Amino acid sequence: MTLFEDPAYASRMLTLLTLSFHIIYATIGVGVPLMIMIAQWIGIKNNDNHYLLMARRWAKGFVVTVAVGVVTGTIIGLQLSLLWPSFMELAGNIIAMPLFMEVFAFFFEAIFLGIYLYTWDRFDNPKKHLLLLIPVAVGGGMSAYFITVVNSFMNSPAGFDIIGGDLVNANPVLAMFTVSMPTKVAHVLSTAYMTIAFMFAAIAAFRLLQKKNQEYHKKSLHMAMKIGLIFAIATALIGDLSGKYLAEYQPEKLAAAEWHFETSTEAPLVMWGVLDENNEANYALHIPYALSILAHGFPSSEVTGLEEFPAEEQPPLVIHYFFDTMVTIGMFMIALSLLYWFGMRRKWAFVEKTWYRWLIVAGGPLSFLAIEAGWWMAEVGRQPWILRGLMTIEEAATTSDYVGWMFVLFAILYLILGVGTVVVLTYMFRKNPVEKDLERMQGGDES
Amino acid sequence: MILEIIGISVLWLFLFGYIIVGSIDYGAGFFNAYSIVTGKQHILSKIIQRYLSPVWEVTNVFFVFFFVGIVGFFPQSAYYFGTILLIPGSLALILLAIRGSYYAFESYGKQGHKGYAIMYGLSGLLIPASLSIVLTISEGGFVFMEDGNPVLDYSALFFSPLTWSIVVLSIVAVLYISAVFLTWYANETGDMDATNLMRKYALGWSIPLIIAASGIIVELYFHNEAHFANLLSLWWMFAISFVLWILTVILIWKRRNYGIAFWLLTGQFAFAFFGYGIAHYPYLLYPHISIHEGFTNPAMAISLIVVFILGMALLVPSLYLLLKLFLFDKNYIKGKK
Repeated sequence: MTLFEDPAYASRMLTLLTLSFHIIYATIGVGVPLMIMIAQWIGIKNNDNHYLLMARRWAKGFVVTVAVGVVTGTIIGLQLSLLWPSFMELAGNIIAMPLFMEVFAFFFEAIFLGIYLYTWDRFDNPKKHLLLLIPVAVGGGMSAYFITVVNSFMNSPAGFDIIGGDLVNANPVLAMFTVSMPTKVAHVLSTAYMTIAFMFAAIAAFRLLQKKNQEYHKKSLHMAMKIGLIFAIATALIGDLSGKYLAEYQPEKLAAAEWHFETSTEAPLVMWGVLDENNEANYALHIPYALSILAHGFPSSEVTGLEEFPAEEQPPLVIHYFFDTMVTIGMFMIALSLLYWFGMRRKWAFVEKTWYRWLIVAGGPLSFLAIEAGWWMAEVGRQPWILRGLMTIEEAATTSDYVGWMFVLFAILYLILGVGTVVVLTYMFRKNPVEKDLERMQGGDES
Repeated sequence: MILEIIGISVLWLFLFGYIIVGSIDYGAGFFNAYSIVTGKQHILSKIIQRYLSPVWEVTNVFFVFFFVGIVGFFPQSAYYFGTILLIPGSLALILLAIRGSYYAFESYGKQGHKGYAIMYGLSGLLIPASLSIVLTISEGGFVFMEDGNPVLDYSALFFSPLTWSIVVLSIVAVLYISAVFLTWYANETGDMDATNLMRKYALGWSIPLIIAASGIIVELYFHNEAHFANLLSLWWMFAISFVLWILTVILIWKRRNYGIAFWLLTGQFAFAFFGYGIAHYPYLLYPHISIHEGFTNPAMAISLIVVFILGMALLVPSLYLLLKLFLFDKNYIKGKK
């Protein structure tokens, strides 16, 4: 098996595994503090116990996921050096600064999260307690920002010169502000907020289907769907800008994702489909002019095709499906939340029907799938490069043996942690249902 | 020249911080599990939980800070250590993951769950042991070059007495540091049963600690003569360390000033740890990487130092707030809030 024979292949698979697992917890880590903040703010403003309870319950579940996020984040941080030592040697010279800053951002977040959790009843003015969440949310956002900066550098390296194989004139600040950074950071943040909003919407919809505490969950659903809608639209706009970035600076990635083989004007957007031996997409949905618009903003624009790149520098064509998964789910979520919002305002009955609630329930996991697909597209789409144009994954990978066995060990670990999270969260919320918590809050006996 | 000294000093300081905070954390987890198994849970668990809950994430950051920092200041070490540490590093990561997650699962979810507590107690004790392997490897003699790539000689490492004496020291140190700290902490909470039990553990582990530490110096004589000679020339640092150890034990024995006892212990470890580190200079990995050749470019070094100072300006007040609200708040530690 290649997994046990080729360290470079095994390193890729292990990185894929770790990232795919970590990104679930990382997304929760970035998105949940914002949701808690909004809920607690509404609760204080309207003096509504339901929203305060939402904040409290979300925060309780949040700590469990933060713990797993911390450990998987530590794993990916150290695995970068263990699996890609040559890359980290080069990267250490030029992009170590944001990695270093990320540690501080996280440290800051962890300290205030600790304080926030243990001080629910220590302040006479509840707004002071809410203030503690700001550093948590900012720290989470900053962590995402710094890590995405490093990923942007891998896609569009800048801030140094290579002379005779040596890295010279290093400028660590320029390396942080690369061309891909703005769209990437914005995309990561807005999708995290969107996904978490839809995750809470899915939970609330599920509880409503089980006929649990109607009033509480309806409020929660309504709030989450509105926040989700805002960030879903923002994500679509940023996604459009990301397309323009790709067309300009990483055209091979866009061409591979779109199965756009020949350079042409008035290019259609190919959705889904199957490639035949002549590289024709069968059963696909062709949206006329859409690729030209995505790439440059005009139907008549010319879009570079994959044929212009040497075969060994072409990304794998499978990223087409990752891209389509991401876009399709994004569009579906915009439609779903927009219809819900309109429906609630206009009192359309169907948005409160069982089948619509089930669609909202599906929206939670689907949003996470979109995040995964987005990262697979970003990372697999950079093949064969680890540092675009400078270092391939083959050159970067470790020469150690036994990487395949490490893959097996970490797969078991993630299974244990994943199952553990679900078991503990289920147990926690089953033991403390909303009704019991509400009674406790109204009785004034808070603990 | 001066930049790499600053770099390694900052990193060494953070590693020292990790050793102290991490030892308290891992030892507390172990004592917690031990007390559950032996049925002394009622005495210990409460104070341990109260101390650990708000601060556990902070511990992990010291570790991440160290390895991110070393890649930034000494990128070459990422290549060498990254290549050779694949297996020991992965095992340490798996232990860290189990420890962190199951700690959270137990204390936030299923409180008092025996299996979870034992899982994180044991994994916590094994983490220092697995991480200490890096110190052994850095002594040299376990890494050879093959086709231009560093390769770790696993069997030499496994059968070396140096490996095992460092492993033993790391475990004993964890139990000792943590016992001394918890004696103080329990005394602050006014819980006499817990204080007496922890005091007993602290005294019990003090002798094995000094034997294990002396043993390593002897091992080094056989393993790395250059390092041993450097250690001897810094004999006064180890002498101070030894005196501080005696003073700590005396205070605990006489049941007096547990707080001062803990700070003396910190001093004892600081002198020994920095003495060891200075003697190791200039090598990060004998004889392959030194801090001079492996150093990053000046632009990156200066940026990192600036970021470090700014970061500290942000963190020190926040840490102060954390300590003030929990560790040193009389009402909190006595369980009133």
